[in-house]
Amino acid sequence: MSMLQPLAGGLMIGLAAVLLLKFNGRLMGVSGIFFSALTDSAEGSWRWLFLIGMVAGAWVLHAVSGLPVPAPSDSGSLVAIVAGLIVGFGTRLGGGCTSGHGVCGIGRLSVRSITATLVFMAVGILTVFVVRHLLGGLL
Amino acid sequence: MKKAMMALLCGGIFGAGLALSGMTNTEKVLGFLDLFGHWDYDLMLVMGGAVAVTLLLFRPVLKAKAPVFADRFFLPEQSLVTRRLLVGAALFGLGWGLYGYCPGPAVVAMGYLHQDAILFVIAMAAGMFLANTRMFQKI
Repeated sequence: MSMLQPLAGGLMIGLAAVLLLKFNGRLMGVSGIFFSALTDSAEGSWRWLFLIGMVAGAWVLHAVSGLPVPAPSDSGSLVAIVAGLIVGFGTRLGGGCTSGHGVCGIGRLSVRSITATLVFMAVGILTVFVVRHLLGGLL
Repeated sequence: MKKAMMALLCGGIFGAGLALSGMTNTEKVLGFLDLFGHWDYDLMLVMGGAVAVTLLLFRPVLKAKAPVFADRFFLPEQSLVTRRLLVGAALFGLGWGLYGYCPGPAVVAMGYLHQDAILFVIAMAAGMFLANTRMFQKI
């Protein structure tokens, strides 16, 4: 059971990406969808619906499955704000995030996306190593 | 209208998949990035499951002349690995490793009305607008 749950979640994420491309011709990159929802008022409405669907989908899943809602991180608001700024800045500069580069880009065998994914995974691992094992979890 | 409903549906499947997979749990994400601690391999199954679906199905989907509800596929024009991509991906990895949210799970977590998730998403938007300013066009 413990392995089925993340695997089923992953298959659903992949399925959502395939359906969005097949029917609407769009790649499922959240950073791009989020930014364009805020900036592109002419074409933005489907993006707002996608984002609302995401929140609603998680709600429904928790309601139906009885799985506990994840607890907030105890890193604190300051870390949330700093990390959020860096994530927003980085994904805009790099043109994508885990969904756009990681799930859709690799699916298209895009060298750009595969490179980006390797880089953000490596830096993520390095960051956790420094914070947890060198700084002793100071954050 | 069909496009809008499909966007809502895909967002819903995606959000439910994120919630089911544990990607909305910062501890789980950081545990996955913590290769040198008590490594939590679950998210490997999430990424693996999602990428298996896109790798298998994107190719036949893109063989069609057009998507079902749109005139054309909207795919990135950029294909080169640039300094901007590398710097952006590295920064994204840093922010991801600091707090444990990438953009998708952060948006979903807002739906649980956790204060820090809301702050994260507002900061993420600010970071995106900042990266879009002329000051950072040359990176």
